[in-house]
Amino acid sequence: MNATAGAIATYNFAYLDEQTKRMIRRAILKGIAIPGYQVPFASREMPMPYGWGTGGVQVTASILGPDDTLKVIDQGADDTTNAISIRKFFQKTAGVATTTRTGDATVIQTRHRIPETPLKSGQVLVYQVPIPEPLRFLEPRETETRKMHALEEYGLMHVKLYEDIARNGHIATTYAYPVKVEGRYVMDPSPTPKFDNPKMHMSPALQLFGAGREKRIYAIPPFTRVVSLDFEDHPFTVQDFGRPCALCGAEHVYLDEVILDDAGGRMFICSDTDHCEERREAGHAGEMLAGEAAQ
Amino acid sequence: MSEAEHLAGGLADPVFDAQSAFRAVMAAMAEPGTVHAPGRLAGPPAPLSAVAATILTTLCDADTPVWLDPALAASEAVTAWIAFHAGSPVTANPVEAHFAFVTDPAAMPAFDGFGLGSHEYPDRSTTIVLQVAGFDGGEPLTLAGPGIETTRTFAPSPMPRNFTTQWAANQARFPRGVDLVLAGPDAVACLPRYTRLVPTED
Amino acid sequence: MYVAVKGGEAAIENAHRLLDDRRRGDRSVPALTLDQIAGQLALAVDRVMAEGSLYDRELGALAVKQARGDLIEAIFLLRAYRTTLPRFGYSRPVDTAAMLVERRISACYKDLPGGQVLGPTFDYTHRLLDPALAEDAGTDQPVRREGETEPVMRVSEILAGEGLIEGDGAVAQEKGVGDITRTPMEFPMDRDTRLQALSRGDEGFLLALGYSTQRGYARSHPFAGEIRIGEVEVSVDIPELGFAVSLGRVQVTECQMVNQFKGSAKAPPQFTRGYGLVFGQSERKAMAMALVDRALRASELGEDMTAPAQDEEFVISHSDNVQATGFVEHLKLPHYVDFQAELDLVRRMRAEHDAARVTGAGDELEAAE
Repeated sequence: MNATAGAIATYNFAYLDEQTKRMIRRAILKGIAIPGYQVPFASREMPMPYGWGTGGVQVTASILGPDDTLKVIDQGADDTTNAISIRKFFQKTAGVATTTRTGDATVIQTRHRIPETPLKSGQVLVYQVPIPEPLRFLEPRETETRKMHALEEYGLMHVKLYEDIARNGHIATTYAYPVKVEGRYVMDPSPTPKFDNPKMHMSPALQLFGAGREKRIYAIPPFTRVVSLDFEDHPFTVQDFGRPCALCGAEHVYLDEVILDDAGGRMFICSDTDHCEERREAGHAGEMLAGEAAQ
Repeated sequence: MSEAEHLAGGLADPVFDAQSAFRAVMAAMAEPGTVHAPGRLAGPPAPLSAVAATILTTLCDADTPVWLDPALAASEAVTAWIAFHAGSPVTANPVEAHFAFVTDPAAMPAFDGFGLGSHEYPDRSTTIVLQVAGFDGGEPLTLAGPGIETTRTFAPSPMPRNFTTQWAANQARFPRGVDLVLAGPDAVACLPRYTRLVPTED
Repeated sequence: MYVAVKGGEAAIENAHRLLDDRRRGDRSVPALTLDQIAGQLALAVDRVMAEGSLYDRELGALAVKQARGDLIEAIFLLRAYRTTLPRFGYSRPVDTAAMLVERRISACYKDLPGGQVLGPTFDYTHRLLDPALAEDAGTDQPVRREGETEPVMRVSEILAGEGLIEGDGAVAQEKGVGDITRTPMEFPMDRDTRLQALSRGDEGFLLALGYSTQRGYARSHPFAGEIRIGEVEVSVDIPELGFAVSLGRVQVTECQMVNQFKGSAKAPPQFTRGYGLVFGQSERKAMAMALVDRALRASELGEDMTAPAQDEEFVISHSDNVQATGFVEHLKLPHYVDFQAELDLVRRMRAEHDAARVTGAGDELEAAE
């Protein structure tokens, strides 16, 4: 096959060979047609380690074209080392345009967060998934969990969540919080904080999930019902930090706790760096910046 | 048939043409009933259409047995073209087919004669590519379910016999079932197995 | 004021430059050549080829050099290269009976047709550090016996003559060639793909599992029926030509364990087999693989399932060191978003706990636990 002009000569466009892309593309289509079902695929060894985004990278490599604009985030940030590494990989092998702006991206690959800026129709969000099986920690055997999904037997999951409530008074799962997709499959949303779960529900964007080491691809089409598991007397709730971002003043966003000194000083800032920058550019200021402006 | 006939008519740029065709199918599958142009098309021998052939070379290869309807199977030019450009084995058994290609939807076998997958592996089913004349000349179909915010109406034709009954049965089988890719003259639309038909309001 | 950490890109580049420097080491010392690595660290290269599933000594040597001698890293490099190579076809099964043996021993018979051939083995060396090797003191030429190029019969054939050992377990022709790198694994596996997974599996992991069977966790009464190391021919069918064409020779290590078996509802008393086959010279791996293969046949032979080495899903899911190292090491990637969520939860639970303690309800809670 031909390497494209500008990309390195020895590897195909976007690294993967065409046969591999076809195999992954078929799996993606099956995933979309069966929302929340984990489609097995013959995951390849990638030039980055398993557990570092090989599933997401394979999905992105299989959908990416020369007209795309790619954004890569890790922990919500564009400038974390692994996000940079993956972004550079696609710049090098696909020569694709990249951006940090959520609104400008056609494909967003993410680890552990969903952007704060609402996604639009036509955008694709690709999640890196370490353990795709939501039932894995209740039942380690694939042979068993496959049966449980087939029979729609999710009682074990409810028992586990209810044990949390009995023990702690509330559900003690804060990330990778299981969801039910379109009333059928229980699905692992990847280790995003449960704060992000509501963003998956009826999103106008297509959401694709790639687990390289575990060799699974799954999907949520746009405008699909995604419901976090809960109980009538203990409804699902998201984290609330009770304070705005110290830099941009945004409220009801996911915050990172930053340690400022060795005397216990700390502040809370947006985990989504792009969202924070855009707000600051638009003139918003949190207490940290407002304080400085006043001085 | 000449040697040149089956050697010609592949994708001009197999990497980028396949990528753009795939994105069209992916978008169509993600939002059932929407219509997407695949970009530059393959030039297969008739009766295989350009759009169906583009989908075939984009998604099929030696790992995917394909089923061909009688008109396609009877054409030596078509089978030679598929062998050369995709290398897919042709199967006479629709249950085994990963993909099925149909030029005459009205005469095709019932959906439940194809691979429907199992409860454990619902993905092991047949994706049926139907060659249609267009997306607005037929009986209007109103769709609902994932990929559709409220409802969406389109009117592909021709469609298989007893389509609404057959499709209701297919949809009721979820997560098992077939997925449809409708190949129009220059664009594609999809009906994944989860899509429901709702009564069309006049 | 607070400035968010930036400059990750420059940091990565500088780290890689430093890595390059440390790999090269002292510039006044000559750089290693690939010939030196392939020739003098041959067993390291063999392991990299075996677990990297790519038979190419030069690339194996390059991987070892680039990985600074970290063999799992080298295996990873080779795998990531291998996966991009086009697949032209599948070779015919290699015939190890036709092997030109350099080493061949059997623990079952004192002497046998073809003889016991020790070959280049560490066995019976005394593990005393050899100061002479610190210099290039010169090495004697090896002595070779006559007739070393004749194929020798397999020990399993001797036992098969008496009907006391199970058959080889022929695979149905229509099944085709299983390949875990092309088809997602599915449990329970067939023995061919299971053997492929074991052959690519981590030597240390298989060694530990094999060892566990010897210590009583699924004891399988093994005898080293035969271990042979040597070159075998690889040939591939060319449909256009209608016959097989030789692609060359590869060195492999084969181990056939012969296991006593009292019989079960599924099979009569007989000797059963455990099989190991590995690229290059890697006796430890081939033997461990054979032990684990036999242990994994428990359900097929109707044996009680009692030990980790018999648990196919457990063994195969965790035998790949490229997968294992990636996932273990991914823990060093940032997880602060999730940690923040957990921090919040633990703070809340701790506050509730302390509050309960104050009101006295804590005593009951503790008693209940």
